[in-house]
Parts: sequence; structure tokens; C-alpha cells
Amino acid sequence: MLLSNTEEIPGHTIREFYGVVTGSTVRAKHIGRDLMAGLKNIVGGELKGYTELLGEARQEAIRRMSEQAESIGANAVVNVRFQTSSVAQGAAELFAYGTAVRVD
Amino acid sequence: MELMIELIVNLGLPLVLLILAYFAGTLLERNHYRSIRVRESRSRRMPVINFRRAPTTWDIRDSGLVTGHVVISVDYFKRFLAGLRAIVGGRVKSYESLLDRARREAILRVKEQAHEAGYDAVVNLRIQTSRLANSRRNGQGLAGVEILAFGTGVKRASIS
Repeated sequence: MLLSNTEEIPGHTIREFYGVVTGSTVRAKHIGRDLMAGLKNIVGGELKGYTELLGEARQEAIRRMSEQAESIGANAVVNVRFQTSSVAQGAAELFAYGTAVRVD
Repeated sequence: MELMIELIVNLGLPLVLLILAYFAGTLLERNHYRSIRVRESRSRRMPVINFRRAPTTWDIRDSGLVTGHVVISVDYFKRFLAGLRAIVGGRVKSYESLLDRARREAILRVKEQAHEAGYDAVVNLRIQTSRLANSRRNGQGLAGVEILAFGTGVKRASIS
């Protein structure tokens, strides 16, 4: 699956459009990570636990979006966009969407 | 005596935390900036542009999505300073430097991922910022700020 956040796959021509595909996941941090982050909040800097968590979650959202694109016969997703939103206490939604296309 | 203990608990602990946060936070920030500068000069040959498409003169052989992100939080001392600053208004310098190094870090991670994947440049770079709510304090508290940078890595046939 080719992915791009431009409106084309550079070096390829788009042959067919399949429409928007989406992938999302909602993640909550576990209490241990929350505690560690609470301590880290005192000295500041990167909260590695959260960075990892969001990274994994975003990969998952991308994977779901790619699977959806694959299931409708696309071989690429162009103009990929991301969104993160806090939906509830301690939980975040990672959302990825783009346009499924066939390129050659 | 009781008053003394109460005073120490109520004022002493925050004071110790403030002092600890000041020294630890300053040291961490200085180290982070040093690392950012070193990596930025090392990755100077990887152009990152925010044009929507690659220049037409580039002969592109391969491309793919690249992302970089970081979750950061401000230290206790700086949060205290920012709280004071909110009374009189104006520039909150302590947050400016935090967001500055987070963005530079996120862009560096984009560059590093692009480099690992064998790309020569990144086009259509986008940066977005979102806040992560804390599970305590009814979700009103701030757990951290996430900076996400992403773009399309491209591999050129030959670099002129």
C-alpha cells in the first residue's frame, strides 16, 4: 500500500478514485504510564511513555485505513491527514483518513 | 509546633519541588537543545519543504508517508512561572521554548525516519499540535502536548 500526504503518488499516475477511507483507534493510557508521566511532569521534557503510546496508536489507525483501502481494491492512499482528539478523561482518539486510489 | 509542621508541609514541599524542577528542568532543556543542534546540523542535507508537491524538476523514483511526533510537558517551575505570568499577561517565555524544541524534535524525527527509509527529501510537511487531557482533575489538567509532523518522503533518481 502506497501512502502519501500529497495529492498524488509522486512518479505515478492515478487511474481510479475509490473515495475516502478512514482508520481510527481510541487508546487510554494505563495507570503505570500515567503515574510515570505524573512524575515526569515535575521536571518536564519528553513523556516517552505517551510518545510510544501515540506512535503505536497512529500506526494502528494507518493500518486500519490501509486495510479498508485494500478491501475496496485500491493500491494507494493519497492526501493522508491525521487528527488527534481527547474524547474522554485519559483517552485519545487517533484518526487517519485519505483518498483511496489506484495508481500504476 | 503544630503550626510549624503545617507550614513546612504546605510551603516546604512545593518549595522543594520548585527548586528541584528548576535545576532538573533547566539541565534537561539545555541537553535537549544541544542534541537538537547536533542532529540538525547532521541532517542539513535532507531538505524538508512544505510545498504541496515536489518540484517538477525532480525525477522521483519512490515515495512514502513519514511521520515524527513527540509528547512533551513543561516542568513544575515553569508551570508556576506561567501561572504568575497569566496574572499580568504578556509573553510566556517558558512555554515558547518548550514548544520550540518539541517542534524541532518532531521535524528531526521526520528527517530521521525519511533517512532510514532511504528518501532524499520530504515534501508537503504538516505540523499539528494537540493537548492530551489528564485523567485526574476531571480531565481539566494537562498531561502533555503532542506535536505531530508528517510529510511525504521522496527518493530522487539523481541529485543534481
